[in-house]
Amino acid sequence: MAYPQTTKTILTAADISRTVDRIAHQILEKTEGARDAVLLGIPTRGFPLARRLAGRIATFEDVSIPVGVLDVTLYRDDLRMRAARAIGKTQIPPAGIDGRLVILVDDVLFSGRTVRAALDALGDLGRPRAVQLAVLVDRGHRELPIRADYVGKNIPTSLSESVRVRLSETDGADEVQLYPGTDTSAAPATGAAERRVVA
Amino acid sequence: MIAHLLSAADLDAATATLVLDTAGEMAGVADREVKKLPTLRGRTVVNLFYEDSTRTRTSFEVAAKRLSADVINFSAKGSSVSKGESLKDTALTLQAMGADAVVIRHEASGAPHRLARWIDGSVINAGDGTHEHPTQALLDAYTMRSRLGRLAGLHVVIVGDVLHSRVARSNVHLLHTLGAKVTLVAPPTLLPVGVGSWPAAVSYDLDSALSGADVVMMLRVQRERLSGGGRDSFFPSDREYSRRYGLDDARLRRMPAHAIVMHPGPMNRGVEITAEVADSARSTIVEQVGNGVSVRMAVLYLMLGGL
Amino acid sequence: MTVAYLVRSVSILGGEPTDILVRGGVIAAIGALAGDALAGSDDESSETTEALEVVEVIDATGLVALPGLVDLHTHLREPGREDAETVLSGSRAAALGGYTAVCAMANTSPVADTAGVVEQVYRLGREAGLVDVQPIGAVTVGLAGEALAELGTMATSAAHVRIFSDDGHCVSDPQLMRRALEYVTAFDGVIAQHAEEPRLTAGAQMHEGEVSARLGLAGWPAVAEEAIIARDALLAGHVGARLHICHVSTAGSVEIIRWAKARGIRITAEVTPHHLLLTDELVAGDGGLTAYDPVFKVNPPLRTKADVEALRAALIDGVIDVVATDHAPHATEDKECEWAYARPGMLGLETALSVVADTCMGDGGSASGGLDWDGVADRMSRAPARIAGLADHGHDPAVGAPATFTLVDPAASRTIDATTLASKSRNTPYAGMGLPVRVVATFLRGVPTVLDGALVAAAPEVAA
Repeated sequence: MAYPQTTKTILTAADISRTVDRIAHQILEKTEGARDAVLLGIPTRGFPLARRLAGRIATFEDVSIPVGVLDVTLYRDDLRMRAARAIGKTQIPPAGIDGRLVILVDDVLFSGRTVRAALDALGDLGRPRAVQLAVLVDRGHRELPIRADYVGKNIPTSLSESVRVRLSETDGADEVQLYPGTDTSAAPATGAAERRVVA
Repeated sequence: MIAHLLSAADLDAATATLVLDTAGEMAGVADREVKKLPTLRGRTVVNLFYEDSTRTRTSFEVAAKRLSADVINFSAKGSSVSKGESLKDTALTLQAMGADAVVIRHEASGAPHRLARWIDGSVINAGDGTHEHPTQALLDAYTMRSRLGRLAGLHVVIVGDVLHSRVARSNVHLLHTLGAKVTLVAPPTLLPVGVGSWPAAVSYDLDSALSGADVVMMLRVQRERLSGGGRDSFFPSDREYSRRYGLDDARLRRMPAHAIVMHPGPMNRGVEITAEVADSARSTIVEQVGNGVSVRMAVLYLMLGGL
Repeated sequence: MTVAYLVRSVSILGGEPTDILVRGGVIAAIGALAGDALAGSDDESSETTEALEVVEVIDATGLVALPGLVDLHTHLREPGREDAETVLSGSRAAALGGYTAVCAMANTSPVADTAGVVEQVYRLGREAGLVDVQPIGAVTVGLAGEALAELGTMATSAAHVRIFSDDGHCVSDPQLMRRALEYVTAFDGVIAQHAEEPRLTAGAQMHEGEVSARLGLAGWPAVAEEAIIARDALLAGHVGARLHICHVSTAGSVEIIRWAKARGIRITAEVTPHHLLLTDELVAGDGGLTAYDPVFKVNPPLRTKADVEALRAALIDGVIDVVATDHAPHATEDKECEWAYARPGMLGLETALSVVADTCMGDGGSASGGLDWDGVADRMSRAPARIAGLADHGHDPAVGAPATFTLVDPAASRTIDATTLASKSRNTPYAGMGLPVRVVATFLRGVPTVLDGALVAAAPEVAA
């Protein structure tokens, strides 16, 4: 499989919408109705995704699942490698997590370290009955034994590439891009030469 | 992030705001069952308190422990500090122990600055003589922001012994940095020569300053030193001080309805503030203490949590 | 065997280069001396074995000769604090700074308030043999400000005391100061006052002003100095006595001294080199690790730029008569600590001339135009010698005058390194600073104490 040399769009807005719908159905199926579930999004983009999932689930089966946000900055294992980072918001729904099924939601699953930090954070907040993971994109290269229960799209990538997820809530539009380079500070704008990668 | 926190003037607006925002998130830890974050695990924080202060010392201790740091307390009594060991020798000991941060309270202005020359770790000033108390100013600003929703444009009136107050100096710096307006109210004998160059208005009359105030911060009066000193007194008597500069119910009613009353503690009930005012709903004195832990957690995290 | 010295091509007080012959403790000849004058006077034959003379030639091209500098205000710390300085180490520092006489302040331990202690200090100075050490006697017993010390006995002792000072402390009681001023007129003595009203400076740490307000350090207001100077000038005028003011540090003090002199009051005043250059902003440093460095703690404190400029102008126009170093050595532990616990004082002997040259000469930062070498000679040698009554000092190099002079290189500059100073202590505020002018040689009554910028290893016996 040839890896792309220029920026390309992996998922369009329409693709993302369908993918979210599919994950919502999968959650309902796997949890047999999601009665005791809690969706916790990992900032930044995991939270809007979690809200979208809750919205689709409510549409499909009239079930209202609580949504919260779990910032994992203080539990990261790479804190000492850079200057101290600003902390994001953490908000656990009033019903809490004890004895419930927590579904962590994130945009990209990569090394697995963020999820590991989220599991540690959950441990200090309470004791869920079980924890599952939903991600929009799995780009491989796991460094820890972590796997997702629900995956929007598997995208094979090289370590010299980056995946960028844009959502209308945070970035003004829906799109998932793959581009060369490891600079994740600003994704290049998709220009003329777009090539869709067919999985 | 800055390497040392010696003065509130070390913080620019962006950094100060980052501290306050971080403190907001840290505040959530106090409500959890496991009041612990792993962030400073393996870091050593030393409390070097040459002046007795249970309140500030325990605040820093709780803050450090909630972040999983190891805390060592050097207090004035019963240690080599009280046996006359020099600050420099104490610094070398701390250096050898691998202290990542030293929180120092000392009666001599400038002691934290000297300490910072002799250790590699970060120095946090917890009050040096009559110079500054930066984390107090941060928790005061945090309290104002929580209660009133903003800092920019607030009118803060600070009343009392400005001359000897490290709390006043730090607050003047920080509030100015964050866009608030400060008025200092005191008798002329308790204002430093040179206060004219500070970014604050000055008044000798408390009553006229109250009507436009969003925050009234009362400073502690040191009675033994100030009115009981015979030829060295700064004002005639406690009674005259209370009359002219004390905050009582009548003055409280003259303040705008939304205005809050603050005090860094400990209070002299009946001198600079009456019991009724101190215990009223508009007083933030109790929550200032809780906010102190969150703010100190934020400072420790930002200074030690990264590189 | 005797040694004579031929100083070649030297500029006396900045004049045209000429030669100086030093022989027998005096200046034997001045002029173009290559060759001829070396043969000696008419009745000496070069073949006589009695007087075998060696002539050492010193190439002084580009150097300026000044009368040996005289310091009215030095702390030699011996007896009592020999860990900080001794009469010997202080003498070394003085000679390297171009000094040939220093007046040693009385705040030793024990205090120099008796003939016994002043004679001890005098003797130590003679044993060191590098500069003439003139002891200063205390005004009051134990410097306590309560009872007059035996001023007359100290005056007639072998130490021949003429200047009396409680420096370190102010003689604050007006009645006592009046009595002291009157009493010493009997033997042409002078009281040197450390002007500091103690009730206004209790607990003071630095100059009272904007910087002290910002740094949270108790202030030492200028008025505490000015009020005492005004009072003592009026007292001196009233009783017809001489008065000397130590380490003047404020613009206001300058005006009071100017007023007093205009009224004919016999007042003289000194300024330290550090008050001609440094300000209170140095205490604030950069606000971080350089702040509160006790090397800048001194009494009277460093003040504002306006004060520095007034003091320079006053020294240049003569309202301030002399430069006096207030050389105050302190052991490391007394300076490497919290500001409030540090002892006040700065070294000064080895850097004084450089600082004066840097701040007050030519167009060195003063509207009054600045001092020339003649002016420097007056402020640092002639006037202090006169005030102290030291007849052997303050003489410009001239035929027949005592060969007590210093040779300096006006074009040289050096970076001050605290570790290479001759003083036992390290508390110089100029560490790392570049300063102009270097002392190359110092002669005391015809014997070199410093040659080539270094102490002469075994200083031969100095003639009385």
